[in-house]
Amino acid sequence: MTAPPHLGPAATSLATAPERTGAGLHARRLRRRKMVRGVLLAAFAAFFGIPLLALVEFSTRERGAGGGRTLEAWKAIPQYPGLPEAIVASLQLAALTSVGALFLLVPTMVWVRLRLPRLSRLVEFLCLLPLTIPAIVLVVGWAPLYLWINYFTPRTYQSTPLVLTFAYVVLVLPYAYRTLDSGLSAIDVRTLSEAARSLGASWATVLLRVIAPNLGPAILNAALLSVALVLGEFTVASLLNYVNVQVAMNAIGQAEARVAVAVAAGALMSVFLLLFLLSFVGRGPRRVRSTR
Amino acid sequence: MTTSTTPASAGTRAGAEVRLESLRRSYGAVPALDGLDLVLHPGELVALLGPSGCGKTTALRLVAGLEDADSGRVVVGGRDVTRLPASRRDMGMVFQAYSLFPHMTSLENVAFGLRLRGQAARERHRRAGEVLELVGLSAQADRYPHQMSGGQQQRVALARALAIQPTVLLLDEPLSALDAKVRAQLRDEIRRVQLEVGITTLFVTHDQEEALAVADRVGVMNSGRLEQVGSPTDVYHRPATPFVAEFVGLSNKLPATVADGSAEVLGVRLPLVDPRAEPGAALAVVRPESVGLTPAEGDGPLVGTVVATSFLGAVSRVRVDLGPVGTVLAQLPTAEAGRFAPGARARIGLRPEPVVVVRPHE
Repeated sequence: MTAPPHLGPAATSLATAPERTGAGLHARRLRRRKMVRGVLLAAFAAFFGIPLLALVEFSTRERGAGGGRTLEAWKAIPQYPGLPEAIVASLQLAALTSVGALFLLVPTMVWVRLRLPRLSRLVEFLCLLPLTIPAIVLVVGWAPLYLWINYFTPRTYQSTPLVLTFAYVVLVLPYAYRTLDSGLSAIDVRTLSEAARSLGASWATVLLRVIAPNLGPAILNAALLSVALVLGEFTVASLLNYVNVQVAMNAIGQAEARVAVAVAAGALMSVFLLLFLLSFVGRGPRRVRSTR
Repeated sequence: MTTSTTPASAGTRAGAEVRLESLRRSYGAVPALDGLDLVLHPGELVALLGPSGCGKTTALRLVAGLEDADSGRVVVGGRDVTRLPASRRDMGMVFQAYSLFPHMTSLENVAFGLRLRGQAARERHRRAGEVLELVGLSAQADRYPHQMSGGQQQRVALARALAIQPTVLLLDEPLSALDAKVRAQLRDEIRRVQLEVGITTLFVTHDQEEALAVADRVGVMNSGRLEQVGSPTDVYHRPATPFVAEFVGLSNKLPATVADGSAEVLGVRLPLVDPRAEPGAALAVVRPESVGLTPAEGDGPLVGTVVATSFLGAVSRVRVDLGPVGTVLAQLPTAEAGRFAPGARARIGLRPEPVVVVRPHE
């Protein structure tokens, strides 16, 4: 900035002073923000990383004195009786629960928003209810139901832990509901669906081709939370006498601590990796495509 | 904007007659539509105009099939569609809110309805491109809604509604979210396209300027009923009811005495729109453009003090305080209004144009 000639050089320096001060202030703020970000990142990395490193350290430590390293416990995972089956069952449960919760919630929530807005409070209350009830209480309630489920299930499938899907769908409802609700709030569901209806779309088309694609990140997040919750679930499976990865780990831990810890570390790293990948899928840049 | 698309190439069917017969709709105990009867002639653009909550959007949604009527019928091209769901009514609709599907490009949005009708990709993209050209947006075919302005989005929405060659076009306040300049442009654009494709159109708006500018006929609604349906000129100059007279355009309410089929207003005899009006004391609804001003000195029943002037471009409005009568609004050419600064004395004159009278309690 140049001051008017009649004001002289003093005015020039005065005129530029606020500019310098403003720029300096901005730079200082940026530096401070960067520093806070770095400190927070380091704190969180330490919070999550140190226990994980401890798990890896313990699971790779050689037996006895000497302090050597071995992958013996990790190599034993696939060979440990019942463990691979429990891992597969947990993965299947995670997938089934995610799909089940989404199939239950997405159409219901869209329908309630469009047609039965008066029921939204009730639906919200019902979905959040499992959060307030201790798992042990839920199990006491579910136990007779599972007796009936077993009664009607063909004998070959009676011991399959996949029947836990019903219970797990209830357990993940609060988290999936909240995530989907915020996703639905971010789009104008009513206008989009009415626009699609006026163009000739059936309700199924509205849901699959119009609403679901715009709920992508919310659906992914709901699925991710469901997966994380199911992979870490122990109480319900244990009390209902089904074997999932957590129950198996607990059993192994009684006899072979290193293998149990290796499984725990592996499970944690897998979930972190999954979370990391899903976060990228969810916020992937929207490409400008040509449909010509 | 230029376009070479002709009605034939736009491919929209000739307009169909739309009849709304005794349509009723209530929300709980509150009646939103109270026996609406309206006929839209083939290829006609009818604007439903009225204040918020008068039932105009409800009427449009009943025609679209987005809501169910409690009673009455919607007949399109001689076919009763009252019980048909929205997806089978064959109507194109443009909404007040931006309604483009965010995950689709303009072209995909426009082609969406055609895809639902099972058209092959090549054919639907050709058709979508054609309709985008009609609204002057062929260059934006690959843009997503978030990459376009509000006006562009509404034009794409119009193209999407027209692409399916609907029998009726429904416009639910499509311009209300836009700024004034874009609104005026798009308003003319909508009219041009509507005339070009010759589609029967129902246009809902609360903006009287919009309604009067684009419609063949305007229906003024109040409390779920149609007060008047007529050409924009009729509605403005020959309002059928006091509500229409007051709602459409600005007006002054001046004390009057009705006698012998005319009204005496401030000492001036004015003809009545409805000569059957009951004799006696009333209030005459006088348009600001029917009020003239001349500079004055001293006092008199028609002389007052200018209290405010508003510049509106080619015309200006001048408010004159007449004392016990109240204030009178006059609309003058801006060059003439320059003589009436606040504080100046002015004499008002009334042009002998027909007026509507209302009883003081109305």
